[in-house]
Amino acid sequence: MRYWLGLGLLIMSATGGAMEADITQWTTEQGSEVLFVERHELPIVDIRIAFDAGSARDDDHPGLARMVSNLLLEGTAERDAGRIARQFERYGARVSTNSGRDTAEVSLRALSEPARLDPVVENLAQVLAGAAFPDDAIERVRQQMLLGLQQAEASASQQAEKAFTRAIYGDHPYATPPGGTIDSVESISQQMIKDFHRRHYTAANATIAIVGDLDRDRAEAIAGSILAGLPAGEPLEPLPAVDLPDAPTTVRVPFEAEQTHVVIGQPSVRRGHEDYYALYLGNHMLGGGGLTSMLAERMREERGLSYSSGSRVTTGARRGRFQMSTQVRSDALQEALSVLRGSLTELRDKGPAAERLDASRRNITGSFPLQLDSNRDLLGYVSSIGFHDLPHDYLSRFVERIEGLDGAAVQSALREHIDPQRMVTVLVGPEAAINAVE
Amino acid sequence: MTKTNAVLALIPALMAVPALAQERGSVTEFTLDNGMQVLVRQDHRAPVVVSQVWYRVGSSYESRGETGLSHLFEHMMFKGTERYPEGRFSEIISREGGRENAFTGRDFSAYFEIMAADRLPVALELEADRMANLQISDEALATERQVVLEERRLRTEDRPEGRFGERYAAIAHPGTGYAHPIIGWADDVAALEKSDLEGWYQQWYTPSNATLVVAGDVDPQAVHELAREYFGPIPGRPVPSVSDPDNLDPPGERRLIYRDDQTRVAQLRMGYEVPSLATAEHARDPYALMMLASVLDGGEGARLAENLVRGSGVAAAAGAGYNGMTRLDTEFSLFGVPADGDIEAVENGLREAVAQLRREPVSPEELERARSQLLADHLFELDSVFYQAMQVGMLETTGAGWETLAAFEDNIRSLTAEDLQAAAQRYLQPERLTVGIMQPAEGGEQE
Repeated sequence: MRYWLGLGLLIMSATGGAMEADITQWTTEQGSEVLFVERHELPIVDIRIAFDAGSARDDDHPGLARMVSNLLLEGTAERDAGRIARQFERYGARVSTNSGRDTAEVSLRALSEPARLDPVVENLAQVLAGAAFPDDAIERVRQQMLLGLQQAEASASQQAEKAFTRAIYGDHPYATPPGGTIDSVESISQQMIKDFHRRHYTAANATIAIVGDLDRDRAEAIAGSILAGLPAGEPLEPLPAVDLPDAPTTVRVPFEAEQTHVVIGQPSVRRGHEDYYALYLGNHMLGGGGLTSMLAERMREERGLSYSSGSRVTTGARRGRFQMSTQVRSDALQEALSVLRGSLTELRDKGPAAERLDASRRNITGSFPLQLDSNRDLLGYVSSIGFHDLPHDYLSRFVERIEGLDGAAVQSALREHIDPQRMVTVLVGPEAAINAVE
Repeated sequence: MTKTNAVLALIPALMAVPALAQERGSVTEFTLDNGMQVLVRQDHRAPVVVSQVWYRVGSSYESRGETGLSHLFEHMMFKGTERYPEGRFSEIISREGGRENAFTGRDFSAYFEIMAADRLPVALELEADRMANLQISDEALATERQVVLEERRLRTEDRPEGRFGERYAAIAHPGTGYAHPIIGWADDVAALEKSDLEGWYQQWYTPSNATLVVAGDVDPQAVHELAREYFGPIPGRPVPSVSDPDNLDPPGERRLIYRDDQTRVAQLRMGYEVPSLATAEHARDPYALMMLASVLDGGEGARLAENLVRGSGVAAAAGAGYNGMTRLDTEFSLFGVPADGDIEAVENGLREAVAQLRREPVSPEELERARSQLLADHLFELDSVFYQAMQVGMLETTGAGWETLAAFEDNIRSLTAEDLQAAAQRYLQPERLTVGIMQPAEGGEQE
C-alpha cells in the first residue's frame, strides 16, 4: 500500500550514489519544457509527456478529461487503434495513457537501440498530432467507463474515496471524480472531446520527461519531434484556490458489508509549500511510516482492530489532502475512531515523543537511496519536478530539510494545517454501524 | 505496511530474460553446511540491497482443517524473539532507513528487507534470529488472528471479485493444494491453535528449507561470508517430503455460475490446466504457452483486443495470461467483461480465439511481435531490483530452479508457429477447462 505519493518520496543521494539524478532542462521551439536524465546501465528509454489536462479541467463535464486520455491512442484519420498499437508492439515498446486530477500523461517505454526507438517515437508523434476521436472508439470507451462506474458502486473503498473528495473539496474542481459520473459520461459528445483536446493538448501545456540510455542530442531530437504536430497553444487559467471546509462533518454512506471503511481528513497544502516537510515528517510518525507508525502500532499490533491503518499527505497544483484510513468490523468501529482521532490529537497537542521523532527522521533520511533505484521511479519524480516548476535541487534538499526539523516545528505545522474544526469523516459500511457513531 | 498474501498480483504473466539480461544479472550460488541455499544477483546501479528469505512452504502445503496456517504463521513471524521482542524488528529496520514486509503464496513464504547496501548485516542478523528463536504467545496469536480475519474481510468477503475468485479457485484446481485460498477458510483461521503454529515452525522453518536471495549493490563473496556468519550456526533439520499426486488428469470440463448480490457487472474467467516450468514434461511447452498468451493478449494490438473489444465489440475488456512459476500444474487463463451483459457472446468469443490457436498456425508477423514483446518485457523487468530477487526466489521455491533464467531467450527465439499450434492442441482442450461466471443476482437476461 503506497501512502506516500508525490514528491515526498524522492530524496536524492547526497553521497553520490549511482542513481543521483542529474537533470538537464530546456524548452522546445514549440514551448514545451523538457527534463532529461541520462542513464546508460540498461538499454532502455522512458518518456513521459504530462499535460495540464486532468479532471480539474473537466469544467461541467466530469469524466471528460479521462475520456480524452483514454481515447488518445484510439485512432487517427489513417489508422485505427489496432494498427497503431501493433506499430508499438512489434518493436517491443509499451505505451499507455493515464489521467488524474492535475495531469493527463502519456508514457512510453522502449528499447534504446535506434532501429527500435526511432519508429516508436515517430509513431507516437503521429498519433498525438492526429488523434481523431472516431465515433466507434468514443462509444466503446464510454461503455468501458460506464461499466467501471457501475463496478465502483460495489466497492466500499471507491465509494469512500468519492465521498471524501467531494466533502473536502466542496465546489472546487478537485471535488469531482476523475472517472466522472454516469450522467455526465453518458452525455459527453465528440465535439466536447475535440474541443478539450485542442485546448489542453498543446505544446505550451506539456512537460516532457526523458530518462534512459541516450545522449542529450538524441533526447533533444526526440523531444523536438514528439510534439511537433501539436499546436503551440495558450496558457491555461490557473486553478482556483481550495476553500477549507468550515465545520467538522461526518458523511455516512450505507454499504452492505462486514467492515466499515473509514477516511478522516481535510485538504492539505499545495506543492512547494514550505510547511510540507514538517507535515511529511509528522505524517510519517502518525501513519505514513509503515509498521512502526503510531496508527499501525495502536490499531493493528496492539489491538488487532484492522489489517490496514495509516495516513498520508499529498500535494498538488492546489491543496492536496491529509487523510487517515482504516477498515474495521462493526463492533470495533467506535474504538477505531477513538484511536485514529486520539492519535492525531495527541501528536498535534503534545508534539512527538523524542524517540519517535528521531526514528522517523532516521528512516526518511536513511531510506533515500531506495527511492531512486529504478529508471521508472526517476521518471515519475522528474516529470513532477517539471510539471510543478520545482527547483532541480528540490530533491537533494529534502534530506537536509527533514534533518533540520524539531518536534516544535512538526507540532506547529500540524496546528497550522490540520484543524479539528475542519475535519471530514467518511464512513462507508453497514447502516446500523455507521449511524451508531459520530 | 501490508503483510500481504496477494502475491499473485506481483507475478506478471511472463517470465523471461534475454541474453543481454543474463550478462547483467547473473546469479551466484552458495550452499551453507546446514543446507541453506544462498543466491546473489548483482545490480550496481544504486547503493541499495534487497534481501529476501524464502521458505519452501505455502498454502498448497496445507491440509483440510489447517488452511491459512502458512499465512497466519507469516504474521506471527513479526511477533518477536527473546532477543528482539515484538516491534523491535520493525523498529530497527526502520531506524536503519529500511523497509520490510513479507508475503505468502501458494508455494512459498518470504520475508524481505530493502536497505542501503551497507546495512545488509542488520537484515541478515534479524532474519537469522527469527528463523531459529521465534516466540509464540497465546496473547499475540489472539491479536494477530483478529488482524488476519480483518484482512480476509477486506480482501475477500466484502468484495465481489474476492468472493468470486475463491469459488473459482475451488473448482479450477480440484483435489490439489491450490483449491483453497492462501489466506485460508475463515473457520480454519478461527480454529488454529498455538500448537499448530509451533508445529509449522518446527517442520518448515529450518535452513535446509530456506533460500536467501540477495540482489543489488553487493559482492557475492561478501554476502556468502555474512550468510555463514548469521545463518551458519543454525542447525539444519530434515524436511518432510511432500507428495502432490495429480489425481484428476485431466479433470474434465467444469462450470461455475456465481450470482452475486452486490456486483453490477458480469465477469467471465476461463482457465485450462497446463504444466508449469516445474512440472512440464517437455521443457519448451511453458515457453510456447507464454507465446500463446502473448498472441492473444500481448497488448492492444493483439487478437483479443482486436477481435472482441473492437471487432465484434462483445467485450468491454478481455485478456489472457500464463504464469509458469508454480510448483504444481498451473492455468492458462482468459477473462472477459461483457460490454452489454451478454456473457455468452464473450464466452463464445474466447472459445473461438482458443480454437483458432489449435486450428491454424499463428502468422509470421504475430509470432515476431510476441517474441519481440516477451524479450523486451523481460529486459524492462531488470529495471526493478526487487523484481529480480522475486523472480529468482519464485523459480527456486517452485522447483523450476533459478538456472531456468538462462534458457529463456533461446526458447523464445527458437519456437516456431508449429510449436505453438502443437502446444495449443495438446493443452487447450475442453477436458482441462474451467469456466467461471459471476453475474448480478437480478440479472436474468443471460439465463
